[in-house]
Amino acid sequence: MTTHCEFTLAELMIVAASEAFRGDGEILASGLGIIPRLGASLAKMTHTPELMMTDSECLLVEEPIPVGPRGDYVPKYSGYMSFERVFECVWGGKRHAMIGPTQIDRFGQTNLSVVGDYDKPKVAMLGVRGLPGNSINHINSLFVPNHNTRAFVAGEVDMVSGVGYNPARWSEHMRQDLMEIRHIVTNLCVMDFEGPDHAIRVRSLHPGVTFEEVQANTGFELLKAPDMGETAHPTPEQLAIIARLDPHNLRARQLKDNPPGIRTASTDQ
Amino acid sequence: MNKQMTTAEAVAQLRDGMTIGFGGWGPRRKPMAIVREILRSDVKDLTVVAYGGPEVGMLCAAGKVKKLIFGFATLDAIPLEPWFRKVRQAGEIEVMELDEGMFQWGLRAAGMRVPFLPTRCGLATDVLKYNDLRTIRSPYDDGEELLAMPALNLDMAFIHVNKADTLGNTLITGTDPYFDHLVARAAERCIVSAEEVVDRLELDRDTARLNPFERYLVQGVVHAPKGAHPTMCAPNYGWDLSHLKRYVASASDDNGWQVYMDEFVNGGEDAYQAANGGVAAMGSLPLPTF
Repeated sequence: MTTHCEFTLAELMIVAASEAFRGDGEILASGLGIIPRLGASLAKMTHTPELMMTDSECLLVEEPIPVGPRGDYVPKYSGYMSFERVFECVWGGKRHAMIGPTQIDRFGQTNLSVVGDYDKPKVAMLGVRGLPGNSINHINSLFVPNHNTRAFVAGEVDMVSGVGYNPARWSEHMRQDLMEIRHIVTNLCVMDFEGPDHAIRVRSLHPGVTFEEVQANTGFELLKAPDMGETAHPTPEQLAIIARLDPHNLRARQLKDNPPGIRTASTDQ
Repeated sequence: MNKQMTTAEAVAQLRDGMTIGFGGWGPRRKPMAIVREILRSDVKDLTVVAYGGPEVGMLCAAGKVKKLIFGFATLDAIPLEPWFRKVRQAGEIEVMELDEGMFQWGLRAAGMRVPFLPTRCGLATDVLKYNDLRTIRSPYDDGEELLAMPALNLDMAFIHVNKADTLGNTLITGTDPYFDHLVARAAERCIVSAEEVVDRLELDRDTARLNPFERYLVQGVVHAPKGAHPTMCAPNYGWDLSHLKRYVASASDDNGWQVYMDEFVNGGEDAYQAANGGVAAMGSLPLPTF
């Protein structure tokens, strides 16, 4: 039986983010940002309980910690995961991180450093941070809250901070087999790298979004997955868990105007 | 043996052109009282090595930085470091931009006195393109190509800790010591500032585990209560978001840096504390939740 339920686009994206972690087993799940973190938390609370998570600081917890001010909630710590230990985890490949880079190209290469000329950039962001090491050592998924051609660029990203499937960047003696880019979750669709030679495919479209709209907002050519359908709607059970994990409704502030999960004529462009 | 000194004596050891490293991580446990003393000094042309927070931006704002060796610069609660951004976009500083893991590998290599350590981090990215970094082939049958991360040797390191004694024994009581032990080991000389300085630490078995590195690495101990402000010093106090916002605004206001210096830095540390509501208020800033 299906029941009609209302949900927001943010909630749809949380469920889509959780799917990226499905079946990962006993590795550290790191969702950076509210929607990715809620996605990883939902994955652990539902289909992949083996996942390990931290308090987003340096302690391990077996129950994902709700986001925002904690009130009476007392974290249930189960171990230690200092920043130093996170690097050991990364280098051993025991992690799946979902991050939000500024730019992504058709190879899955990511940029968190600068936009424009490297020596005198138009915009300096954070720096490459852990992207080079994360991307070459463990599973990564990508989160893009505003799917457009500034995020999904033509050619290569301005400063390749995270590695991708660009053969020109790899020598025959480098280990490329340790990397994987799993899913890209955006406000329009979910994509993967399961096309020929890891080409990016649209895996599912969010309700009311067309492939043509996604393509028009992407700086490179996309493929359609043969079974491309609509992104799964959140179930009432999932929505209840999300509400528990986000008691202050921070998810409502992650996307401009907090759009509904199913587009209505007035929100359609 | 008594390694205690003032911030002025600590900063007087700096020379133009030195390579200096800072402990902490982003807006966490940065030796800001010492940074403020550097801001008041004439020292210049520094190469700054840090997991960068406001110390990086402030030293950039004051024109002290010739080169920055970093993995990131951020205020965390405010993602973009305003002065780092401003000078970086103006092309005013040289940069060696590294993966966070490569960065600590460079510190480790320095501490171990080896020229480099091999890693996969950085391969197949533009980190290799924009820096003078070489790769190396494994001498074993696998023949894997790896990046040879060069040692990041520091002339001087500054680290802020919760507690120290006059011999240079230190305690970090916050839950995460970050990479301060590697910063200390990479440096020719290391000066710690501390919330509390005692004559001799007298520890039990549990607290002795909170000693992050050996005192032979420490050449100076500075008593600097609230010395990490406006960054966080867990478990003593959280970061000061309103001060950080005030600092961020200085990057867009006319003459903003000079006004910030006059309002907070030029008057010395006592005036700094008074301008921030006094030590009691600074010490009761709540720890952030993540």
